[in-house]
Amino acid sequence: MSYSKSIIDDIFGGIRPAARALDKAATTIQGWYDAGTIPQKHWPDVMEAAKSFNHHLTPDDFFPSQAPSPSSFGYAFDKMHCLSIDDFHRPDIETLLSLGEYYLDLNVQKSPDRSVLKGKTLINVFFENSTRTEKSFELAGKRLGADVISMQIASSSVKKGETLLDTAATLNAMNPDILTVRHGSSGAPALLAQKVSCSVINAGDGIHEHPTQALLDALTLRQAFARDGGDGQIDGLRIAICGDILHSRVARSNVKLLNMLGAEVRLIGPPTLLPIDADRWGVDIFHDMKTGLKGCDVIMMLRLQLERMNGAFVPSKREYFHFHGLDRTKLGYAKDGALVMHPGPMNRGVEISSDIADDPEISLITQQVETGVAMRMGILHALSDVQDKAP
Amino acid sequence: MSTLTIVNARIIDPATGYDEAGNILIEDGRISAFGPDVEARGDIIDAEGHICAPGLIDMRVSTGEPGRENRETIATAAKAAAAGGVTSMVIMPETDPVIDDMSLVDFITRRAEEAPVNVYAAGALTKGLDGKTLTEIGLMSEAGAVMFSNGTQPIADAQIMRRTLSYSASFNALIANRAIEPSLSKGAVAHESDLSSRLGLTGVPAAAERIMAERDVALAELTGGRLLIDMISSAEALEVVRRAKSRDLEIACSVSINHLALNEIDIGDYRTFAKLDPPLREESDRLALLKGINNGTIDVIVSNHDPRPAGEKRLPYSEASTGAVGLELLLAAGLSQVADGRLDLMAFLAAVTSNPANLLGLESGQIKVGAPADLIIFDPNRPWVCDSDALLSRSKNTPLDGRRMTGRNLKTICQGRVVFDSSL
Repeated sequence: MSYSKSIIDDIFGGIRPAARALDKAATTIQGWYDAGTIPQKHWPDVMEAAKSFNHHLTPDDFFPSQAPSPSSFGYAFDKMHCLSIDDFHRPDIETLLSLGEYYLDLNVQKSPDRSVLKGKTLINVFFENSTRTEKSFELAGKRLGADVISMQIASSSVKKGETLLDTAATLNAMNPDILTVRHGSSGAPALLAQKVSCSVINAGDGIHEHPTQALLDALTLRQAFARDGGDGQIDGLRIAICGDILHSRVARSNVKLLNMLGAEVRLIGPPTLLPIDADRWGVDIFHDMKTGLKGCDVIMMLRLQLERMNGAFVPSKREYFHFHGLDRTKLGYAKDGALVMHPGPMNRGVEISSDIADDPEISLITQQVETGVAMRMGILHALSDVQDKAP
Repeated sequence: MSTLTIVNARIIDPATGYDEAGNILIEDGRISAFGPDVEARGDIIDAEGHICAPGLIDMRVSTGEPGRENRETIATAAKAAAAGGVTSMVIMPETDPVIDDMSLVDFITRRAEEAPVNVYAAGALTKGLDGKTLTEIGLMSEAGAVMFSNGTQPIADAQIMRRTLSYSASFNALIANRAIEPSLSKGAVAHESDLSSRLGLTGVPAAAERIMAERDVALAELTGGRLLIDMISSAEALEVVRRAKSRDLEIACSVSINHLALNEIDIGDYRTFAKLDPPLREESDRLALLKGINNGTIDVIVSNHDPRPAGEKRLPYSEASTGAVGLELLLAAGLSQVADGRLDLMAFLAAVTSNPANLLGLESGQIKVGAPADLIIFDPNRPWVCDSDALLSRSKNTPLDGRRMTGRNLKTICQGRVVFDSSL
């Protein structure tokens, strides 16, 4: 985090010479030295003074060049994989969210510490098509300095009869450091994790979990509730997850994470789209938007996953939108100023009306995508840090 | 003329409830006398006070022969059976080609001639197990098929099931049908519950089993056919059987040993070795099934031996094969439940010896003068740990790997010949 020390020591040769060169009190320089940073108003003076020491500084040199250590948030993070929200306890989650928050700063994100993943290889293995998740991991990895390759396996080897574990052996032979995996079968990344020697991140498996999406949703919520003087706490919020919960891995991860963070979670959907015994997940179940949305601070809409449905779940999109699609009237049942989220891609006019999705006052949908890259940078950083510390 | 005496045994015959210390005299492969006063003659086997009971009859065994010999052959399965105390096994018709013709029944019989245990074939109920075209049930019966089954898939069409039961009644053939409503179980890989929905696995409700069991009971009542409800797994289906039996209908029902030893929690972190068909259900179902054996509602316990090489198992859960090997573990897993106090020893033994013998019309499965000397000697209290690598079966897929077991087979005698001896 600290850069002032190297500037003062390496360029000026210590606190006192620096104080003389800059014509400042030694205590001021001592202050910079201890803080690790130099206030922005002094940058031009420092750059000017450095020239006479034959050093050319640019404003980039004044940005914190080193990312915070995942263990600097109070609790050692020691997880090898990110497969399910169940892998983490509350301090782990706080560490991940804090790292995500750090990378959310655009200045940091655009010129981050590229040594975090320097020399590491990140392979995105996607057995199911995806654009946003895959590209978001790709960008996150590249920004942190990793070599990133993305493989779409859906169309190639699987058709030739190669099993997941054959693929795992092939990938392992390329010595990657982190694999991000999306697969159509629940539990596939967990199986892969047993057979490779690197870290595995679950980027969505069947209808099981999508932990990075839940983390980025939580980070988006923290940011949203920290605006206008809020405390950014998820604790105590009433959050409704609405729609096709049965087929949603995002919902399963979010229920676990939001419960852990102290939110009151409600599931709202037609009975055919709610999992059996979901009332045992520590959530309240509603089939009617009007009663379900009452007093909700946040509404998470889910995509109607028509491609995963075999058989009749809802009679028509028209009826679904009428009873379960989010429009202004149904939004009115929630708390005033309630915020709306959607993991994307959206079926406009099926689960959410366009005017809500596009209203920046209430929709967090764009922020979710933006947070995605930062959150994934944080996760990659945390996992790679654990690898570096391993004996 | 070969003579053999088992001395110093606790003789248990579940067919009659006989349970006394004594000797058993075997002459020419048949039991010629048994009891406390029988004098030892010929070769002597000392049972050292352990239990001597009829050899087990396993009514549901799959091998890969013909067609998938990499899974298991009849020879390897028979070896595993001998080690597990199974002296008679019925081979399921779900092979490649399907056993749907008398020449194929004959093939199984001939392949089994060299086997250390008795091997019987079950014929397919429909051609190629298509669920539509009736096979030559009469001719296959004459060729030696002891029962008829449609494999893992039930006969979905009620009219065809009705005709099957009706037609087979004239041959007094035993018709086994799986209790699954296919439209409810389509795509399902687990029991439908809180656990499977958390794991993101598609589940099948116990109601699917109940619906099919109810239908088949009604059809058996309508036609007078002999029905075996093949492998129930839930308390709901058990209730259907209980009610049918209370009306004196001649319905039999079986359960797999896995469903008595395990529950849905065993699939835990996507353990595909515990992926079975029917799926493992809740603990309350397991306890109900154990009670069903104790009170006689369930007639038969099968191993549902289904060997699968690791390559078919080490896949993502929904893509992995179902099935577990069981020939070597049927007795031990049952005895472990007896040791836990959940299962009555006599009821357990009846469900693996005399009851299946009665259903299949076999002479074995009992200790009686003149009956074939298919006997086992086992220690009901021997502790051991199941190690899948030590199994004799060609495939080693068992969810019981690493489990502590109580009770183990020591010696197996088939037709008067010692075919397995753990001390060797």
